Amino acid sequence: MSSDRIEKQILLHAPLDRVWRALSDSTEFGTWFGMKFNGPFAPGAIMRGIIVPTTVDAEVAKSQKPYEGIPFDITIDRMEPERLFSYRWHPGAIDPNVDYSVEPTTLVVFTLAKVPEGVMLTITESGFDQIPLARRSQALKQNEQGWSGVSKLISGYLAPSHAR
Amino acid sequence: MRGRPQTIPHAEDSASVFAALGDETRLRLVSRLCDRGPLSITNLATGSSITRQAITKHLRVLAAAGLVQNARHGRESVWRLNRQRLAEAQHHLDLISKQWDDALVRLQKFVEK
Repeated sequence: MSSDRIEKQILLHAPLDRVWRALSDSTEFGTWFGMKFNGPFAPGAIMRGIIVPTTVDAEVAKSQKPYEGIPFDITIDRMEPERLFSYRWHPGAIDPNVDYSVEPTTLVVFTLAKVPEGVMLTITESGFDQIPLARRSQALKQNEQGWSGVSKLISGYLAPSHAR
Repeated sequence: MRGRPQTIPHAEDSASVFAALGDETRLRLVSRLCDRGPLSITNLATGSSITRQAITKHLRVLAAAGLVQNARHGRESVWRLNRQRLAEAQHHLDLISKQWDDALVRLQKFVEK
């Protein structure tokens, strides 16, 4: 994992058009993600959403419950049918006392690829080094040890044998 | 939350840790304290081109984020890492990644049903 982006890949045993609908239809997206949007997704649209516990997973729904009704904005970036869906948002922006609108956003990109078993979905979230949460990223990139080295070092330090 | 409610309790907290670590010199100081344990400023400055004054300044930033603390050992001040804070920062990074894992499992359930 690069220090400025998160990348995930998952194989979905479902037809391409089904996966595309789950991403591009704001109601469907909200159902699995746990949000309710004020309208359909369209490129360039600034969407107002509120947190609504997901109906897909009871345990996750429980963890989302305390944040039910918290509003947030996402800006739809690109929509290329059955190929690519992307948007910008403010990661971790849940403190109602903070104005996140002035802060840089991260870019979330879903890329779909048809494979014999279904759809290979790749998701990337990038831009963390612009925001306070990961301001350290740039320095880590420059550091010869890289983040994985630091992680290893930290976990080594945290191991019981090292406890002081 | 933008889909990541679990980060809430420490979000702001961890941001200060990451900001403190967002500097190569400070990251090196943390690495050194990780490897070698509590050290005096003299020890931290050994083999480094950075002045003791600059190191002290960086240590203060790390201390403000709760990452290091100092204690007097005789005539010298010795700096040590705060393991708890590092663990929290690590935890925070892992959470972001895990939240996407969870979201994708929900998507999988949703489209494969």
